[in-house]
Amino acid sequence: MLEIKNLQVKLEEEDKQILKGVNLTVEAGKVHAIMGPNGSGKSTLSYVLSGKDGYVVTEGEATLGGEDILEMEPEERAAAGLFLAFQYPVEIPGVGNMTFLRTAVNAQRKARGDEEMSSTEFLKVVREKAKSLKIDAEMLKRPVNVGFSGGEKKRNEILQMAMLEPKMCILDETDSGLDVDAMKLVSDGVNALRDEGRGFLVITHYQRLLDHIKPDVVHIMYDGRIIKTGGPELALEVETQGYAHLIEEEA
Amino acid sequence: MALPQPKQTATDARLAALDLPEGGWSAPARQSALARLQAMGLPGARDEYWKYTRPDTLVAAEAPTAAVFQGDEPLVFDGVDRLKIVFRDGVFDAEASDPLALEHIEIARLADAADIHWAQDLYGKLEENGQTPVERPLAALNTAFATDGILMRVTGKVSKPVALIYYHESETSDAILHHVVKVEEGGDVTVLENGPAAARFNKVMEVDVADGAGFHHIRAQGRDHERRAATHIFARLGTESTFKTFTLTVNGVLTRNECVVELTGDDAVCHIAGACMGDGDFHHDDTVFVTHDAVNCESRQVFKKVLRNGATGVFQGKILVKQGAQKTDGYQISQSLLLDEDSQFLAKPELEIYADDVACSHGSTSGAIDEDGLFYLRARGLPRGIAEDLLTIAFIAEAVQEIEDESLQEEIVGRVEAWLLRRRG
Repeated sequence: MLEIKNLQVKLEEEDKQILKGVNLTVEAGKVHAIMGPNGSGKSTLSYVLSGKDGYVVTEGEATLGGEDILEMEPEERAAAGLFLAFQYPVEIPGVGNMTFLRTAVNAQRKARGDEEMSSTEFLKVVREKAKSLKIDAEMLKRPVNVGFSGGEKKRNEILQMAMLEPKMCILDETDSGLDVDAMKLVSDGVNALRDEGRGFLVITHYQRLLDHIKPDVVHIMYDGRIIKTGGPELALEVETQGYAHLIEEEA
Repeated sequence: MALPQPKQTATDARLAALDLPEGGWSAPARQSALARLQAMGLPGARDEYWKYTRPDTLVAAEAPTAAVFQGDEPLVFDGVDRLKIVFRDGVFDAEASDPLALEHIEIARLADAADIHWAQDLYGKLEENGQTPVERPLAALNTAFATDGILMRVTGKVSKPVALIYYHESETSDAILHHVVKVEEGGDVTVLENGPAAARFNKVMEVDVADGAGFHHIRAQGRDHERRAATHIFARLGTESTFKTFTLTVNGVLTRNECVVELTGDDAVCHIAGACMGDGDFHHDDTVFVTHDAVNCESRQVFKKVLRNGATGVFQGKILVKQGAQKTDGYQISQSLLLDEDSQFLAKPELEIYADDVACSHGSTSGAIDEDGLFYLRARGLPRGIAEDLLTIAFIAEAVQEIEDESLQEEIVGRVEAWLLRRRG
């Protein structure tokens, strides 16, 4: 599904290498987790894959379903099936959540040459999905993420994911700022989307989230590289022993 | 005191090109306005109040020509049930207008109104009050020389909006219109205005809102790009009255909209809002002066400007809180969205407060489109153009939401969407 080969990235504004050769393959139907200390390049990886400005790819490639995504505009990557659940969802005053969702769904359908969703159909689907995430009508009416609590913002991300039905989902520290109940709700939302045709890349600091969203593969990232790959037990190892011994092994 | 020579010359030249309408109930007001105008002279480039906007084309003896709009988009408010009053190049068109009759409102033409009239006590009065502490010579000129206009007296709640619809049909038209609206106690009316009135347009609207009365005004200035307009609204607000005005301006090489409001009765509410979309050779000036002279009144000024390709936006806004105007709640925000580095926004927000128990805040910002917001929308699949338009509409939303009627809000947003779509090509 998602294939990253020797990806090297530096900042546009300063000569600072952030990713130093990332290799990673996420297969359809699988959940991969990336853990690692602060500053190891996890969020940069998610931004580069989704097309945020400010980064320069100096080497390597990333493909989604065989298509090179690094040359695409962010909206083209979205239409190709890539979805990033933001660590810090952006507040957009003045744009209603519902308007935003409908515009996004239909923009992607249009880009793929599919028929746009009628407003009745859209309303029916969105209500159903919002309900399972405990998102009420009021939240759908409000401007995107404005005045939302941390938990509400993350639930809203998952709602967007559910509506857009991407092929490849990247979750960037979706657990940050969530209490136990909210984490359960968000995880249930993600698990409901687990599907044979869909890949997940879950970026997190903590094992806790991985108790709810059980990964198939766990990677440890440090200093712009993946230094170790293993099964779910690797996350438990990090939880009890920290990163230090893994970093030493690498050095 | 003699005027400086250049000002005297300019004023003489302009006056020589005009005829003072004679006789009738408005004659004394016109003569008084002419005398006031002669004493102050027309605005010149050195006047502080015209620092950001060049008045020369507005005061010149002859109006610069302006091409007539050639396009077939439907007019704004076309779908709104309203009483239509049509002017072509500043001349009332009875055929195209609805009969000037509606329950709870008396409507007359300024040019027709014979004999003693309720408007006699009002015509030019609010304009004259609005000349201190800052002179507004173009408004005095208007009172003296207005050739037509509409007089409305509202005695109850009017069932549908009264719409003033302007058409610009001659490249050289030069119109001076003066409207007077008197909303009696308990009255409530919505007035709509749209269209470019002439190649050059000088308009004054005087609005007296009595105790407990309400006045709502929604205006769309668009279409003809080359026209020039100087407009004034002068309003007086009685106790527990409401005054709300919103203006959308798209296109226009030169627009100066002044709004001068005096809150004279306690517990009155005044909202003045505007949004403009400027592209290229576009200069838009909002000049606002709100005077609080009563207790526990609220005033809001909300202005948003979207500027690109070298367009210029100006905001001069003042809140004056007089001694004794306690518990005043004043708010003023003026913001611009600059879509490139060639465009500019010039703002002069002012507060002058002589009471000690008031809450007044003001702010002014200029910024580019929010890159984080743009990326967020694009990451969800919105193409850049659509995402930018959505953020642009979001930017002006605070001003548009000052319109109480939601269907009229939609009319205005629809206009903006169409403008953005045309620009995107």
